[in-house]
Amino acid sequence: MEMLAHLADGFALSLSPLNLMVITLGVTIGLFVGAMPGLGSVNGVAILLPLTFLVPPASAIMFLGALYYGAMYGGAISSILLGIPGASTAVATTFDGRPMAQQGKAGLALIAAAVGSFVGGTISVILFTLFAQPLADIALAFGPAEEFALVLLAFTTFVGLGGDDVAKTIVMIAFGLVLSTVGLDLISGQPRLIFFDLPGFYSGISFLVLAIGVYGIGEILWTLETTRGRAQVMTARIGVKDLWTGIKLLRHSLRTMTVGSLLGFFVGLLPAAGATPASLMSYGMAKTFSKKPETFGKGAIDGVVAPETANNAASTGSLMPMLTLGIPGSPTTALLLGGMVMWGLMPGPMLFIEEPDFVWGLISSLYTANAFAVIVNLALIPLFVYALRMPLSILAAMVIVLCIVGGYAPDQRLHDVWLIAAFGIGGYLLRKLHYPLAPLVLALVLGPLMEKAFRQALIAAQGDAMTFIERPLSATFLVVAGLFLLLPLAQAIRHRKTPTEPANGSAGA
Amino acid sequence: MLTSLRTQAAAAACALAVAVTAPSAQAADWEPHKPIEMVIMAGQGGGADRLARFFQSLIQKHDLTNMPVLPVNKGGGSGAEALRYMKDNAGDAHKVMATLNSYYTTPLRQDIGVDIETFTPIARMAVDTFVLWVNADSDIHTLDEFVTAVKEADGSWKMGGTGTGQEDSLVTAMLEQEFGIKFTYVPFDGGGTVAKNLVGGHIDSTVNNPSEQLPFFRAGKSRPIATFTEARLEPLPDVPTMTELGHDLTYGMQRSFVGAPGMPADAQQYYIDLFTKVSESEEWQEYAASEALDTKLLTGDALQEYFLKERATHAKILGIN
Repeated sequence: MEMLAHLADGFALSLSPLNLMVITLGVTIGLFVGAMPGLGSVNGVAILLPLTFLVPPASAIMFLGALYYGAMYGGAISSILLGIPGASTAVATTFDGRPMAQQGKAGLALIAAAVGSFVGGTISVILFTLFAQPLADIALAFGPAEEFALVLLAFTTFVGLGGDDVAKTIVMIAFGLVLSTVGLDLISGQPRLIFFDLPGFYSGISFLVLAIGVYGIGEILWTLETTRGRAQVMTARIGVKDLWTGIKLLRHSLRTMTVGSLLGFFVGLLPAAGATPASLMSYGMAKTFSKKPETFGKGAIDGVVAPETANNAASTGSLMPMLTLGIPGSPTTALLLGGMVMWGLMPGPMLFIEEPDFVWGLISSLYTANAFAVIVNLALIPLFVYALRMPLSILAAMVIVLCIVGGYAPDQRLHDVWLIAAFGIGGYLLRKLHYPLAPLVLALVLGPLMEKAFRQALIAAQGDAMTFIERPLSATFLVVAGLFLLLPLAQAIRHRKTPTEPANGSAGA
Repeated sequence: MLTSLRTQAAAAACALAVAVTAPSAQAADWEPHKPIEMVIMAGQGGGADRLARFFQSLIQKHDLTNMPVLPVNKGGGSGAEALRYMKDNAGDAHKVMATLNSYYTTPLRQDIGVDIETFTPIARMAVDTFVLWVNADSDIHTLDEFVTAVKEADGSWKMGGTGTGQEDSLVTAMLEQEFGIKFTYVPFDGGGTVAKNLVGGHIDSTVNNPSEQLPFFRAGKSRPIATFTEARLEPLPDVPTMTELGHDLTYGMQRSFVGAPGMPADAQQYYIDLFTKVSESEEWQEYAASEALDTKLLTGDALQEYFLKERATHAKILGIN
């Protein structure tokens, strides 16, 4: 009850005219920042942080929180329309969002993304409200061994199942893992795999660069080849009625949304992870449990819903370790943390006790920001879809420019632009040879997390690998990971049986 | 997408307008005539980045410059990227760099063709301190108990840190040398993660900065054993210093600003005046007190002397001649 009273006070604060204005502005700016490839919530928050001195701290954090939220919604837009991830958190959305757009279902994909984001955001704010403090202890219970087991679990959801060739999936994961080891080693500080002694490799390969290359440039090369350069006008159109039909269609995705929200929230809670791994894991889960896993990667609506619910849920989840432990779960929350320090607030276990107005104001504003974001987003969908109707000759050039700008902007290094070009050509060739690209991106995102956690756990245990099995949480994850690995095997056996049965039947007749 | 650009342009224009119309209060003859780049030797979101952006926002809030200050992260190769960048822009009066201890350790550890003696010293804003911490559930209350426990663990005592060559690993090495003990050093991403792992019971001790552990300390989850400082720290008045306990173990992490090699003397003076004003601001002093930072300001030649002394000390700790 005390919590409800706190929340009511929070709403009284977040629904004041100034704060409503601040939230609307934050959501709208966030939507566009998120939609621009190369500009993500990190850049948006970094650019606008100093301006927040103009308003009181509570309004400032609401503004940045709303911007963070808006960017999560916005990231999906260019992933779907152009096949370029608008932000790192929307990489998984390109897997099925882009194929949907090519089939003329861009509007439906955007609706799925917006509604999924709303559901993910809302469920996770509710969880946040109910369990903020007890859940902080869960984050603490996660040591390196648990992190490793969890990431391994994420990998196993991607191996096998569906239409993909298991051997090719494993090859792509291995290749992604190799790419993830480039750069300075965390433990020894030694440079690893510095190709051609290029200094640009010292800071490693950003998975955003890889994703923009294989999905952005690779996609355009592929489209040019398949259409032989003939101008192709997409017929996507959308009216208010289609909006409603789209929303109704999503009732089939309720399970995916629930799983995505819960998974996203819990992964977001962990200081090491954040929204990008959460969205990829959710995609893997959705595919594993789908009745039609072979449709994933070819325009499955659940393939859009899953990552989008998870990344919004995770963005809320990652506010928790920031507020209760003072540990940012993502680069953006690290900046938010810096902002709070600037406003004279001390994040940490005492924040909920010492600054209840601030904390509950922020939590209540997340409900409001979510509602505003989905409305603004749905309202703009017809406009976004309209943009797709331009001829390919213009669209292709625009996509390539956006890819280059998007790859250059985050770190301002020309090295990354060359890498994008190389990955683009490589991705196109791999696609021609029918290698799945999603596991490659997944491995580059999760590889560093997994390697680090694995080595930290082993160092702490004096090299004794039993540490992974002796710790109950870690052991649980490993068992589940083992089941996921065996699942495709079991399904393969079942699939083999099904076609043989009628054959037997006919033989007997 | 156009709107986003427009909004940003408008925001930038506003910031410019504010900066331009602000009355100039500078005493030096030189004034910047284009935006000032603030190069940060670390990636976005870390402690060094947060502090640099905090300074930038203070400059902006108090209208201390006639031109905007733009933070740029160049964190590659433990700051090697930033050091090279400043060297390659020798003589540029519109670039300042926010430093941490990798300012001297990185050129010592790798040959990147940079001699920090040629850089232009501006101001040392703060020195961050180090404290030895254990989990509040542990039986250890004193340094002697700590040393005994580490000895008994026979090399399996888990000390958390942020990576070999980082400041805390040097402090750890100093402890090992002083007491003839051996730790298992477990590296993590950043000080915050190290602090969390101590409180979560995944490691046995840390040498976190006070700012990283104070929130947990106030919540009763971690316990300070001794500080690596000469005098006791204000937020931890009951915690003895290593010096008091008879061990000559002090170590600090400086947060300073330097200019490119060959920065004109009047520009150097301009930045010294600028950062002196920032240092005197109420917000900074308040923040520094809450984070237990030593804010004794060093500028110009005195700072250069400090840098060279620190470089020699680090060469010794790292075993480089």
